[in-house]
Amino acid sequence: MIEIKNIEKHFGNNHVLKNVSFLFERGKTNLIIGESGSGKTTLIKVLIGLHKIDSGIVLFDGVDFNAIKTKKQRLLRQEIGMLFQGGALYDYMSVEENIMFPLNMFTEKTEIEKLERVNFCLKRVKLEGKNRLMPSELSGGMTKRVAIARAIVMQPKYLLCDEPNSGLDPKTAIIIDNLIQEITKEYNITTIVNTHDMNSVMEIGENITFINKGEIWWKGNKDELLNSNNKELNDFVFASALFKRLKKAK
Amino acid sequence: MTKLLHHLGLYFIMMNKVISKPENWSIFRKQLALEMEKVGLNSVSLVIILSFFVGAVVSIQTSINMNSPLLPSYLVGLASRDSLILEFSPTMISLILAGKVGSSIASELGSMRVTEQIDALEIMGINSASFLILPKVIAAIFFFPFLIIISMGIGMIGAWVGGLSADITTADFMYGLKYEFTPFYVNYAIIKTVFFAFIISTVSAYFGYHTNGGAIAVGRASTNAVVTSSILILLFNYILTDIILS
Repeated sequence: MIEIKNIEKHFGNNHVLKNVSFLFERGKTNLIIGESGSGKTTLIKVLIGLHKIDSGIVLFDGVDFNAIKTKKQRLLRQEIGMLFQGGALYDYMSVEENIMFPLNMFTEKTEIEKLERVNFCLKRVKLEGKNRLMPSELSGGMTKRVAIARAIVMQPKYLLCDEPNSGLDPKTAIIIDNLIQEITKEYNITTIVNTHDMNSVMEIGENITFINKGEIWWKGNKDELLNSNNKELNDFVFASALFKRLKKAK
Repeated sequence: MTKLLHHLGLYFIMMNKVISKPENWSIFRKQLALEMEKVGLNSVSLVIILSFFVGAVVSIQTSINMNSPLLPSYLVGLASRDSLILEFSPTMISLILAGKVGSSIASELGSMRVTEQIDALEIMGINSASFLILPKVIAAIFFFPFLIIISMGIGMIGAWVGGLSADITTADFMYGLKYEFTPFYVNYAIIKTVFFAFIISTVSAYFGYHTNGGAIAVGRASTNAVVTSSILILLFNYILTDIILS
């Protein structure tokens, strides 16, 4: 599990995260929701040290990430899989090379073992036989699936996803959501998904945090979300006509 | 001034990360081979073409300016040789490489930054600065001197061809090339080139690595890399010449 306590973050005069505390549970899909610019991506980047925090604590299974040395931080990061908004695949590497890259960097496995692991991960994301394709030849959904395969190739303990459905059609988005949830259960990992896609929230939201103007405004699960009286949350969740009707039907 | 100090601080922090032991030597060797090709081999044809024609023009211009019965015709070979070795090959070719290689390094790293590929490396627990920049710096430092030596050789062939068209005989030209040759000038040129290679690769990498924004920011990083590298090359050309030759 990942626990954050009293996180504060400023960019110049802009107070982006205000006293944020939360527990992201293991074996659950933890969702961070909020409007664009509410601080979701900053929170994810703060968790993994891509942005330095002004104050507060980030604990990975009890280990204070910011209190350990850079070398140990790098070792800890090897236990984190991250799915970026655009996939962040290395465009000069093929699908196979992209997924194999962490194995080449950090393991002593033989070529056959590495290839087996790559093929297993590709099968897991339903992209068998696509080893030789280059990132430029992939569709948006395929790019996300290859990025998931790369994120899980080292069998991470933590999986962080930054807007995994951005730019995807609703059908592909559901495939990606289900894949993330299946992987979370299968490997019993701590998964954090940062999204503003309400379909995702209804599909996989087990432990939901609503961030508004850099503060945690609401916490709960998807059933509690539908029955909440929190005005800001309702304005965000039920912004579309479809979800308004869903709320009324409830 | 504050901005300059800010950039200098970030540059040295980046260089502190760059100069560290590679995490995986076999991958580092592959990256280095790739960079040798990108930074060095891909510039050979440009260096050859430029050096040949500039050599020819230097020789023709020298012969026109020395068209006097009081001046021996072998001076054309001598003047072309010294111009090429002392200034054209190390400094002018480095300025051109700052445009070609520098912009390529800055835009490559800038694109990687804005598409979060650098963040992805960091998340995997890789020292991204060392992984991406160190092979480029080493490739430039090792390969640029070879490019400059090629430039000197081809430039002299160009000067000979130019001399022929200006009625300088091969014998006169060759005599001028060998006349009071100072081998230290070649060492001086190589020392300068190593400095320039370091400036081009690290300054361009700095601007690319610290790109913030989108496509326009990548373009800006590339322009800043070329402009700053060029100014620093000219500044260090003056400083190094003063120190080494004075």
